[in-house]
Amino acid sequence: MGCRELETDTIAAISTPIGEGAIAIVRLSGNEAITIANQFFQGRDLTKVDSHTIHYGKIIDPTIDQVVEEVMVSVMRAPKTFTREDVVEINCHGGLASVNRLLELALQMGARLAEPGEFTKRAFLNGRIDLSQAEAVMDLIRAKTDKAMNVAIKQLDGKLSKLIQRLRQELLETVAHVEVNIDYPEYDDVEQMSHDTMLLKTKEVHQEIERLLQMAKQGKILREGIATAIIGRPNVGKSSLLNALVHENKAIVTDIPGTTRDIIEEYVNVRGVPLRLVDTAGIRDTDDIVEKIGVERSRQVLKESDLILLVLNYNQELTEEDIQLFKLVEDLEVIVLVNKTDLAQKIDLEKVNELVKGHPVITTTLIEEKGLDELEAAIAKTFFSGELEPGDLTYVSNVRHIQLLKQALAALDEAMNGMEANMPIDLVQIDVTRTWQLLGEIVGDTIRDSLIDQLFSQFCLGK
Amino acid sequence: MTYDAGHFDVIVIGAGHAGVEAANAAAKRGAKTLMLTLNLDMIAFMPCNPSVGGPAKGVVVREVDALGGLMGKVIDKTYIQMRMLNTGKGPAVRALRAQADKPLYIQEMKYRLENQENLTLRQAMVEKLIIEDGVCTGVITETKAAYHAKSVIITTGTFMRGRVIIGDLSYESGPNNQRASVKLSEHLEELGFELVRFKTGTPPRVNSHTIDYSKTEIQPGDDHPSHFSYETTEGILDQIPCWLTYTNEFTHKIIDDNLGLSAMYSGMIKGTGPRYCPSIEDKVVRFHDKPRHQIFLEPEGRDTEEVYVQGLSTSLPEFVQHEMIRSIEGLEKAEIMRAGYAIEYDSVVPTQLWPTLEVKNIPGLYTAGQINGTSGYEEAAGQGLMAGINAAARALDKETLILDRSQAYIGVLIDDLVTKGTNEPYRLLTSRAEYRLLLRHDNADMRLSEIGHQLGLISDERYNKFLEKKELVDQEKIRLEKETIKPSEELQKLTDEVGATPLREPTKLADLVKRPEISYSLIEQLSPAPNELPSDVKEQVEIQIKYQGYIEKSNQQVERMLKMENKWIPEGIDYDAIGGIATEAKEKLKKVRPLSVGQASRISGVNPADVSILLVYIEQGNIAKME
Repeated sequence: MGCRELETDTIAAISTPIGEGAIAIVRLSGNEAITIANQFFQGRDLTKVDSHTIHYGKIIDPTIDQVVEEVMVSVMRAPKTFTREDVVEINCHGGLASVNRLLELALQMGARLAEPGEFTKRAFLNGRIDLSQAEAVMDLIRAKTDKAMNVAIKQLDGKLSKLIQRLRQELLETVAHVEVNIDYPEYDDVEQMSHDTMLLKTKEVHQEIERLLQMAKQGKILREGIATAIIGRPNVGKSSLLNALVHENKAIVTDIPGTTRDIIEEYVNVRGVPLRLVDTAGIRDTDDIVEKIGVERSRQVLKESDLILLVLNYNQELTEEDIQLFKLVEDLEVIVLVNKTDLAQKIDLEKVNELVKGHPVITTTLIEEKGLDELEAAIAKTFFSGELEPGDLTYVSNVRHIQLLKQALAALDEAMNGMEANMPIDLVQIDVTRTWQLLGEIVGDTIRDSLIDQLFSQFCLGK
Repeated sequence: MTYDAGHFDVIVIGAGHAGVEAANAAAKRGAKTLMLTLNLDMIAFMPCNPSVGGPAKGVVVREVDALGGLMGKVIDKTYIQMRMLNTGKGPAVRALRAQADKPLYIQEMKYRLENQENLTLRQAMVEKLIIEDGVCTGVITETKAAYHAKSVIITTGTFMRGRVIIGDLSYESGPNNQRASVKLSEHLEELGFELVRFKTGTPPRVNSHTIDYSKTEIQPGDDHPSHFSYETTEGILDQIPCWLTYTNEFTHKIIDDNLGLSAMYSGMIKGTGPRYCPSIEDKVVRFHDKPRHQIFLEPEGRDTEEVYVQGLSTSLPEFVQHEMIRSIEGLEKAEIMRAGYAIEYDSVVPTQLWPTLEVKNIPGLYTAGQINGTSGYEEAAGQGLMAGINAAARALDKETLILDRSQAYIGVLIDDLVTKGTNEPYRLLTSRAEYRLLLRHDNADMRLSEIGHQLGLISDERYNKFLEKKELVDQEKIRLEKETIKPSEELQKLTDEVGATPLREPTKLADLVKRPEISYSLIEQLSPAPNELPSDVKEQVEIQIKYQGYIEKSNQQVERMLKMENKWIPEGIDYDAIGGIATEAKEKLKKVRPLSVGQASRISGVNPADVSILLVYIEQGNIAKME
């Protein structure tokens, strides 16, 4: 079905080996490469810059109007480029998280995820590569495709595959129902599919796909580590906490390739929860962040953390500064540590309990590594509350899969819009069928014939 | 010894629904054409249901008509009932169906062919093809007549080694006890054809006098019948209804009790039957919980008492058929005039054909219709037409015609057949078309008139009429885009009546039509066109504006598809020399020999990486040529 246009549309991909350098490059090629990049680049207007120039700027996520990354962007106009098309290369920090985010933005803005080896193929098709290399190009496409397929299959776990198959089956039954109404209008065994029934079905599937995308985000957190900030007044034991966490969990394992040390300070695994102890604009190193960078800004920085460990001193009374910190972390995911219980109590615990508003409070003596168990339990509980258990996660991690899910969601949206506009059911169904096909691409099943199989197994038709 | 019986441009073997269109199209293109049939009284005979059209199929009839074919004109002249189906749904799936007068249909078709310039009709049984240097150059009949031609089209339907089966009775026969064509089938096998055994069936016919219609529901035709042909101006007002009744638990018990006697279940039948046309015993077995099945009683014509019992196709023994029929309400006293039967036949594996329907390994030979593994009169007609056009093209050295999937259901049908093949008798369904919103009943002329005229299949007169219509549609669309309407009391009253939200500010008429509740007729009341427009123009305007968004979306998809469709694969490409293509894909490509990269991408087993590699390989060749 639907042969994809492999010629002039704009493609994007991460063009540096993943996790093997401090700098990563997202490359776009095609007619729209520059306008697409321009949509999420803050700096010079890329559509107006000279060819073969490089520009400093920021990447913004236009949907949430947030700065994502500082980058250098090269703009190269056709024909003197690798592919002989307009090419944009975005250089960013080498971390998997940031480079993936950039790629996703590019796709969101209208680029298509490049097929394996597609840049090289385009270079060849546009006459950029010597004829004698054609053989090599074909080998490369084959090799890269096989590898990408393997990765995609590995990343698609059984549960997810089953879930998607189930969604597809539901859509298929709905579509077959409409088809039978069309092709066998006098067949009385099945009612005419109504907008209401169709809406109900599409809503169900819509929710499921949204949930999958939501979980994709959670999955990402898990893979990339939970950004964790340790804050507190001077000398409350922040360094001890860090050391204790690192010591307790021994090796500083970075199982994410490419997480370079200049962004991620420490990476520890606490009962299956990967914590990324982030240097959020120096919060951890700063004794008084509020004084240093101002309330609003510090709150902004803290917001980017997934988890905040707020350390208090058992041996001192609560200060104005402590209360200030509590205010800063309001509404955020917080665990409060009351440290130095080996010393005399001077802190008003009742007051602390009042301030934390339901967040966990743990008493520790970090210097003796006492209370660490409780802390770790609390961390685990925070992230695996309810149905979420480590190892029991169904999440989509492959960028291609996420992209397909997003497209499927968009197609469903169109179907729902059609129903709202009271369009005939057979037109609405076109978008539902498309959703079914897009989901099929995830699990590698794109044969349209199964619709016809469904038709004849579900209904008793004939002359 | 044979004798030289004459020289032609095109010979058509068979005069069924494929054969007549093939002969007519070839003759119209100017080819001296000979049509050979076993029995001149059976031209365009309908061996099964007495109806033409329906979803997807009806659109094919319109397409055939837009390309100068006969089916639409003949049914319009002879129908006993006409019904537009799916009127409550969108314009893409509206479908016209006619109940046919079988004897009259034959008579009308024969008359038209007899009076077609360049066309000779002759009764004969063909036994052999004349093959010279691998090219088909004629046919030899059982009476030893050797006819020579530049192209030959086989449209022998279900006749090839046909075998009729009723219970445990089985005998060599074409449909309706006509002679089977045995030698030709054997001859094709000798020539290296891959044949496959398919099966289909037909229900019993009963005598109308013995039916108690008071126990059934009437199914009348439309009060204002529409028509298939763009040339038809007058309808038939005196229509005859069909009737609806049901099977019941007694019917099902009779079937259950006698299942072992059914040829379908006793193992007598080896051919693959179509899932969409199961026998009643199939339905009862597979859908055991269903308490009843619909049975439509369809007259076979005005001047005959035979009634076709739709829904009761069977290969049970005759005595069981009597019992079965009489268990049905309204048919308690019904007398069977002809028993139902199953028929097995040889068909050609259609991946052996080019998209022109020419046989890949035997230039000059074409096959069309049920012999290619399809079922249905309309599917046969569509293929016959295309084979006729292309066989004439070969004979006269004129342009060939391949319709793509966005141009016509005929294009979908032939592309499916020659690219994917089929493992059961193939029926067109709307769901087989990716761009069905573009392949509508109403716009077949818009899609194909230009081609029809260019190939000499439709007259200048008709073409000019089409151009006028197109012009009117365009003008009216421009007017609706330009003119605006201001909110007024009168307007509000009208919008209230149809339950639409009232206008707040001046609105373009076109935007008004886009609203689901508002029809073009409302615009006519508010701000009529300077001159009253014909109804088919109004229909076009309304559909094109109302569904513009969806139509544009489809058009974009088509544009993308066509890019790959227009990437031609060089003739004689050596797939074995392309290292990167997977083995399975190579085998498939070698067999199908797709003409374009687009066609290659639709072959099952050829994945996107193979397509990419193929593209690079082809480009390499192109560059090499340039250097």
